[in-house]
Amino acid sequence: MTSRARTLLWSATRHFLLLAGALAMLTPFIWMLSTASKPQTEIFSSDLHLIPYHFALWDNLRIAFGKADLARYLLNGLIVTVSIFGLQVLVALPAAYALAKLRFLGRDVLFALVVFCILIPPQATAIPVFLLLHKLGVLDSYAALVLPFTISVFGIFLMRQFFKTVPDDLIDAARMDGISEFGIVWRVMLPTAIPAVTAFGIFSVVAHWNDYFWPLIVLNSEHLQTPPLAVAHFRNNEAGTNYGPLMAAALVIIAPLVIAFLFAQRRFIEGITLTGIK
Amino acid sequence: MSDAATALQGMAAVPRAHVRVLADPRPAARSAYALAAPAFVLMLMMLIGPLAGVIALSFTDYQLGAPSFAWIGMSNYHEMFADRVFWISLKNTLTYVAIVVPGAVAFGLGTALLIQSGAGLRSWYRTIYFLPVMATLIAMAIVWEFMLHPQFGLVNGLLRAAGLQGHSWLQDRGTALYSLCVIGIWQATGFNMVLFLAGLVSIPKHLYDAAEIDGAESAWSRFRLVTWPMLGPVTLFVVTISAIRSFQVFDTVQVLTKGGPSKSSEVLIYTMYTEGFEFFRSGYGAAVTVVFLAFVLLLTLLKSALGNREVHYA
Amino acid sequence: MAEIEIRALRKAFDGAEVLKDVDLTIENGEFISLVGPSGCGKSTLLRIIAGLEPQSSGEIWIDGVSADGVRPSARNLAMVFQSYALYPHLSVFDNIAVPLRMKRLSALERAPLVGRLMPGRRRTERIIREDVERVAEQLEITPLLKRKPGQLSGGQRQRVAVGRAIVRQPRAFLFDEPLSNLDAKLRVHMRAEIAQLHRQLKTTFIYVTHDQAEAMTMSGRIAVMIGGELIQVGAPAAIYEDPRDIRVAEFIGTPKINAFPGRIRGDGRLEVLGHVLHAATSAPAGECRVCVRPERIELSGSGIFSGTVVHLENLGSEAFVHVGSEGMNAPVVARVNDPSLLPTIGASVGYGFVPDAVRAFDAGGKRIATSIASRIERPREVAVV
Repeated sequence: MTSRARTLLWSATRHFLLLAGALAMLTPFIWMLSTASKPQTEIFSSDLHLIPYHFALWDNLRIAFGKADLARYLLNGLIVTVSIFGLQVLVALPAAYALAKLRFLGRDVLFALVVFCILIPPQATAIPVFLLLHKLGVLDSYAALVLPFTISVFGIFLMRQFFKTVPDDLIDAARMDGISEFGIVWRVMLPTAIPAVTAFGIFSVVAHWNDYFWPLIVLNSEHLQTPPLAVAHFRNNEAGTNYGPLMAAALVIIAPLVIAFLFAQRRFIEGITLTGIK
Repeated sequence: MSDAATALQGMAAVPRAHVRVLADPRPAARSAYALAAPAFVLMLMMLIGPLAGVIALSFTDYQLGAPSFAWIGMSNYHEMFADRVFWISLKNTLTYVAIVVPGAVAFGLGTALLIQSGAGLRSWYRTIYFLPVMATLIAMAIVWEFMLHPQFGLVNGLLRAAGLQGHSWLQDRGTALYSLCVIGIWQATGFNMVLFLAGLVSIPKHLYDAAEIDGAESAWSRFRLVTWPMLGPVTLFVVTISAIRSFQVFDTVQVLTKGGPSKSSEVLIYTMYTEGFEFFRSGYGAAVTVVFLAFVLLLTLLKSALGNREVHYA
Repeated sequence: MAEIEIRALRKAFDGAEVLKDVDLTIENGEFISLVGPSGCGKSTLLRIIAGLEPQSSGEIWIDGVSADGVRPSARNLAMVFQSYALYPHLSVFDNIAVPLRMKRLSALERAPLVGRLMPGRRRTERIIREDVERVAEQLEITPLLKRKPGQLSGGQRQRVAVGRAIVRQPRAFLFDEPLSNLDAKLRVHMRAEIAQLHRQLKTTFIYVTHDQAEAMTMSGRIAVMIGGELIQVGAPAAIYEDPRDIRVAEFIGTPKINAFPGRIRGDGRLEVLGHVLHAATSAPAGECRVCVRPERIELSGSGIFSGTVVHLENLGSEAFVHVGSEGMNAPVVARVNDPSLLPTIGASVGYGFVPDAVRAFDAGGKRIATSIASRIERPREVAVV
């Protein structure tokens, strides 16, 4: 076989295999969309078809929004993730700057602690933190959802690594100009670290938007539910009858992140990959 | 002594007060403490404190809302090790990890290799394979649940169309856990793929040229000589991360099977959740958590030990 | 030993032509350098010879046999890379042994556990060991055999890379800028080592570099490539003294040759900066450039040209004087052999050169033959009334 033919055969094989895998990856999404667009009669039939005979997406969406306050839950998700990330930045950046650029007694110990804390899985601390919040009386509130996550050791680590690459001269120049150390964090370090902060942000928002475990534990009130909780609740309530609206609700829940992802794929993938660069 | 040396000596004799040191460490140190304080306090409150707390709790009989508690030593652990459900939970978790980790790592690596081996449509494939990682797991788990529906699900529908019999995937204790494994692999593959892609891209191209000239003609021999060894650190990392994340499996269990049928899909974190947050037996739940932590610690130590052995310099 | 013929070679990447119609015959056992500025296509040409890239058109013939379709390892050529391309996870011994193992052991024998059990493998391994150790001794790297590349210095890695090439006993060695990653002193030392290696092995060496000093000092022949074209091939002295294209003249030689704008008069005499030279040519009248090497520029009060000293470079053993002149965009560089006789900056100096030092090039950059004026007979142009 000539070299050209061999390359062509390999190219075809490659695409075939990747497409097969891609289909496996996409099937749940396609099926979700398809079911969300079908009326109940078509769903509960043993006749399997992809394109609905009767397009019912808007009906299902209307029912879903009627049965569950989806808009509210999406808003909760937004409030919670933005608050968490905002507070994380406020806490992590100054600490990262201190660890990266300032000399003080206990610096290495603090950094070792940070690295140690990264290894702690979130579920491990769940029970004591829950008891703590209970004692503080803030269970079942936005505070309970946000407070435990304001400390992001991974964020501190990431930003410290990045800050270390900022030239010391820049900081000395700022000091000469009379900017306080606190000011340096926000006016000198932050502007140079936008890519790292973006990656941090994506990592944080995705993780907390999709978090099911913690809201499940600390929330009781329906009106505070975050998107994952909302869709689980919906499923529990519907208990196997209203699949159309259920799929439509699932669609609405995943839509914000997926759309954001499709627009900024490279940034997203970079953000998630950064967890790998230690 | 020469004139120069005397002059230098004279300069050194100038009193310190006249020489302004640019970076006087003391004020900076004060600021440093102030800057790091919030993070430090929160770390103690939310991470280190609770870590110590969970270990301590495991030796108590504390229940949420109880006015007091007692130190009961190893009683929780005795109860745990004597409890049949705990061992089933542990076995299920280990089974889950043993299936999902090789699966997700192999598929992730395979996909990354396939994508890198050609030039066409790379970013499209990358996006599609990464989509499951992004989409909220709970929502997609519910979609999977419907796909696995005994009567109206897609999977059984396709099987029937092929002349095979359908199955009650999530309702049968023989298949429930494995169905969850499939969902786990589906969700984790894209993440591993992205990490492997980053690793593949960083392999110096010239190594492949050298391999070609040295006689490594087939794709397999190039893989063995260059790709696989150079991916060593990345592979170790991916396996460890996959394993730790698999140990944390919870969402799919809680929503789809609740550990059933008959505890066939009961996993460690789910056990911890039910004990700690449904029965509010904080002490006992803490003991389960400690077991979980032990495994995570083991994995992390394993990675450190293996990782330090081979560090490659290009 | 190989004679390598490159015939009408073309290579295009994404529509851009990287190699344009290259023809070159490399003699058996010679040391030839491919030299040129970055991006001139020399590395691409080397990779095509090695078989790592296919050409767009044209042929490569090795020892009278077409290399078309022949895999790189089957061409029996060895390559030393700029980055050395040593396998980081293998010891020095294993690195050097790779090509031997690939060739002499079957796939089954190379398999991780099973391979050990295969009969005959022991014997082959022993022969491989002897070959590797022999090469290691030749390059004086025997004490390093157990180490990994990450533990070696740049120079040591270089030798291991060369060792990996030598052990295959190839027909020709291809070097792709192997010294670029080394510091200056080490580079000079390694140049001598590589030249010595060539004398020992007597095999064809094809050496790619952008450093013209390297090419000049090491090769038997130099092939100058610019912009994908092979402009001139010849011995270093010939390239230096007799450049056929102004690009060759400007690329070879440090400091750069001085290029004066000039014209060819009707009577064949060359005129530069308003002064008529004693050099003449039979080429048609028109614009030209007259080039003179710095060492041929003489500073003297009686020189026909004049200018102001703008810069001095005193290297200790010699010095270069940069003279700014009317009508010249860049200063004229002159070499002075005795630094104690340097003029000062800002001083006015005169300079000139003998007609023999002139290398003239027409408007298109091609060399025009010149000779001393009195020998050229050119009919005076007579006005037709």
